Amino acid sequence: MEKVLMKGNEAIAEAAVMAGCKHFFGYPITPQNELAAYMSQRMPRVGGTYLQAESEIAAINMVIGAAAAGVRAMTSSSSPGIALKSEGLSYLAGCDLPAVLVNVQRAGPGLGGIQPSQADYFMAVKGGGHGDFHTVVFAPNSIQEMVDYTFAAFDIAEKYRVTVMLLTDGILGQMMEPVALIAPETKAPAEKPWAVTGTKGARPKNIVNSLYLSPELLEKVNIARFERYDEIKRNETRCELYKTDDAEICVVAYGAASRISRNAVEMARAKGIRAGLIRPITLWPFPSDAILEAADRVKAFTVVEMSMGQMIQDVELAARCKKPVNLCFRTGGMVPSPEEVLKSIEEVLR
Amino acid sequence: MKTVFQRPNALTDMPTSYCPGCTHGIIHRLVAETLDELELTGRTVGIAPVGCAVLAYNFFACDMVQSAHGRAPAVATGVKRANPDNIVFTYQGDGDLAAIGTAETVHAAARGENITIIFVNNAIYGMTGGQMAPTTMPGQVTQTSPYGRDTTTAGFPVHVCEMLASLQGTAYCERVAVDSVPNIRKAKAAIKKAFQNQVDGKGFSLVEVLSTCPTNWGLTPVKALDWLRDNMMPYYPLGVYKDRSAEEL
Repeated sequence: MEKVLMKGNEAIAEAAVMAGCKHFFGYPITPQNELAAYMSQRMPRVGGTYLQAESEIAAINMVIGAAAAGVRAMTSSSSPGIALKSEGLSYLAGCDLPAVLVNVQRAGPGLGGIQPSQADYFMAVKGGGHGDFHTVVFAPNSIQEMVDYTFAAFDIAEKYRVTVMLLTDGILGQMMEPVALIAPETKAPAEKPWAVTGTKGARPKNIVNSLYLSPELLEKVNIARFERYDEIKRNETRCELYKTDDAEICVVAYGAASRISRNAVEMARAKGIRAGLIRPITLWPFPSDAILEAADRVKAFTVVEMSMGQMIQDVELAARCKKPVNLCFRTGGMVPSPEEVLKSIEEVLR
Repeated sequence: MKTVFQRPNALTDMPTSYCPGCTHGIIHRLVAETLDELELTGRTVGIAPVGCAVLAYNFFACDMVQSAHGRAPAVATGVKRANPDNIVFTYQGDGDLAAIGTAETVHAAARGENITIIFVNNAIYGMTGGQMAPTTMPGQVTQTSPYGRDTTTAGFPVHVCEMLASLQGTAYCERVAVDSVPNIRKAKAAIKKAFQNQVDGKGFSLVEVLSTCPTNWGLTPVKALDWLRDNMMPYYPLGVYKDRSAEEL
């Protein structure tokens, strides 16, 4: 298969178009601008809609409208903009609408900085809106994966009627790699009988709604939604295990940090340390089983994050205090070096 | 036997949740009659707001979306862009449209989004129990302006039609009232025009309907109508603020 050299942000955009997404609603923010710019160029040529909204909030509400109308729709932003979209994420969940969202993370809090970061783990995985709900979160670590999981994101969103977030960062968004743009056959349901497209006098009216004034009913609706989440946990949890079979120490890292960590694993192996890497690909659902399994075999874990340490909480929970969990971090837009990760590996083994 | 009066087909048979004497019922009926007369119900998607009309998704017989507070014009934009053949309208109150949703309203108008907005202005937040609204008038007593709206601290009301008329993207905006039979007839004509404009692809149309809230105004329904005439109409003059619907496309 022929490969093309593409920037991460643009690769996601092209994959989305290939996945049949004809409706993109955005708002400028660094470092995701190439994604929206690509859409603004591409959408008119495929008969689609590129609309630059008045705010991040308006953009996600336009996604809600388009998703309710039954088409594939997406929006993208970076950290402070994703925070604004949290209202929409909650309504998307409450209305059981499928949508795809991209977060090209930058450093925070506040206006923070425009350098790459992984400090939105909590927002993506634990929060990002009020009420009982989850967003499915993919954390690709290459441009190829950004393409592959964009296709997967649309399918999963429609199959389970959930929002899927691609959680990337300024490194992945901005860097270029060769990618194969191959659209897999969609596994999503062909029909959306719940969509608001006008009854045409041929069916009862559809209502897309998240309001339930009866607490008894809302409890049932929420529990039913979490049964769907359980299905997602069973079917869609993904992680990559690298040299973990004989590992005495496991590094746990996702996204850009996992690429640095992989180098550190090689460096450790060269020094005779049996290091391995567990790379969560879905952050929600979190691959807790892989961590727990490793916890019985390894001496310790080192979690590598471009934040003050957020995913580490899920690693600790999954490891059930069986083994020590160390943190190797840089924050504020700083990126850890393989040497720093190696040092952390050596420290925790001591 | 000849039927001289009946529920419009575009309204369901579900009893509304509005207070006795509230004019939402009249406005719902005018929208529904319009959908019937223009034969639009089967291709229409309505967007319900947050506020007293939140349950409008139960009352209109067309497909409906319930949106977040103030976001109805953005949701309507998404629906319309997805399926331009649908007729898309929002039904919003003053808090929803002119406070929390100001940006969504102004920019839907600025884009000339081909949608219809029914804007119900009763100068108060009704559903939450009568707080000061962006359209509460100077001196008006509400739960959160107990000494009357003091413009030195609470500022001035937003005149939505006047504001939107200044935008190039607005095709049509008119302020009407539902206080009397003649005015209700005019309101009906305005609402019908706002929908016909969308059918004809004329762009953004908004009808502001001066409405009463007897419950939160603390008045009987009849006195509330008097209050609307005596206080709101002079401050919010009725009339057409912009009309490009006669222009050729």
